[in-house]
Amino acid sequence: MRNLSPFSFFLSPLTIMVAVIKYNAGNIYSVVHALRREGVEPLVTDDKQLISKADKVIFPGVGEASTTMDYLRKNGLDTFIKELKQPVLGICLGMQLMCRHSEEGGADCLGIFDADVRKFIPKEREKIPHMGWNQIYSLKSDLMKGIEDNKFVYFVHSYYVPICSGTIAKTDYIEPFSASLNKDNFYATQFHPEKSGEIGSIILKNFLNL
Amino acid sequence: MLAKRIIPCLDVKDGKTVKGVNFVNFRDAGDPVEMGKQYSEAGADELVFLDITASYEGRKTFVDVVKRVAANVSIPFTVGGGINELSDVDKLLNAGADKVSINSAALRNPQLITDIAKNFGSQVCVVAIDGKEDAPGDWTCYVNGGHVPTDTKLFDWAREAQERGAGEILFTSMSHDGVKQGYPNEALLRLHNELNIPVIASGGAGKMEDFKDAFIIGQADAALAASVFHFGEINIKELKSYLKENGIVVR
Repeated sequence: MRNLSPFSFFLSPLTIMVAVIKYNAGNIYSVVHALRREGVEPLVTDDKQLISKADKVIFPGVGEASTTMDYLRKNGLDTFIKELKQPVLGICLGMQLMCRHSEEGGADCLGIFDADVRKFIPKEREKIPHMGWNQIYSLKSDLMKGIEDNKFVYFVHSYYVPICSGTIAKTDYIEPFSASLNKDNFYATQFHPEKSGEIGSIILKNFLNL
Repeated sequence: MLAKRIIPCLDVKDGKTVKGVNFVNFRDAGDPVEMGKQYSEAGADELVFLDITASYEGRKTFVDVVKRVAANVSIPFTVGGGINELSDVDKLLNAGADKVSINSAALRNPQLITDIAKNFGSQVCVVAIDGKEDAPGDWTCYVNGGHVPTDTKLFDWAREAQERGAGEILFTSMSHDGVKQGYPNEALLRLHNELNIPVIASGGAGKMEDFKDAFIIGQADAALAASVFHFGEINIKELKSYLKENGIVVR
């Protein structure tokens, strides 16, 4: 549960600056709302100077990989994101774009995580996209602090990141895949913490406290 | 494991929910946002808000409701009712809805599905179908809130909707809706077998067993209900424990 006491104003990380990278992606406002529920008023911006100064950066994403990568390259955001030093959280497509390459539109991506994004191929008539609440397990890193194995989070995706060295949470759909990744200051979730109820709220809090 | 989803549906008119509610400790039983929060805390996996307002002012009020839901509820939600063109979809998604549900407008203009999928992605496009079983296994699609029959057959239309880029099918059986005798499990199973997108069962739930049957016999991916939740006849937490006991994966 959220802390709604009058003291939450003082306890919440209001003093930290969180930048949500604005680009040609879909609904990024659900992330903004979720951060507000954690007591943070984020800055939605594509201004590199402002993003550089932020304590935390969120790289959201709902959309298509190759067109989004084209947009990022055109605006010089590709190399810029890679060089960020503060904690960065990629969400959904954001996570996939932080990998090396995506089968979606054959896109070369940012290459932060040493993994390639693949398309789900059904084995037993599983439905694509993988949509709905599924469980995360084999949890590692401070991002997953305080979360027990097999809790449910909300996914919507047709492409996935296989298990790799950066995997800090796994989920099974057709086969085990990376539900979350971490390398250095870069974190990412395939699921939507902003739509994952209480568990999502813990994960966002963990990120804000990194 | 991917969980089966339980989805309460709320009808909204002029910014207020219309169906009576039996919840205890409700500050404002008619406030869609408050109800959405309560359902979310009770374990609902998603929410559907249907705008049943006819007036222009009512529609604007609904967009405000959507904005407030988006700010206060941390689970996905779908909005529907009165969506006729792409600009309606844009408005509702910008207000913070995760998905939109289209019904009559899609039957009248199937291109709308294609356009939504192309512009916003399949995952936001729920195609709702109201069907009536004329003869065993023979289902006809209806429009205008189930009042006007069309020449379109359910399974043909569901397949076309999928091909055009629908992300989910929300199937309401008018033969079952409001009767509380269970979901149309045979038709649900056939939809499951013929489609490779998720199917949401809607209309007919009267008891917990009906949900189990929709998931086990009908192979539905999600089950939507309104009155059994609103009138407190079925508690979502109890429903989920019951489903779990019956071997169904729920959150």
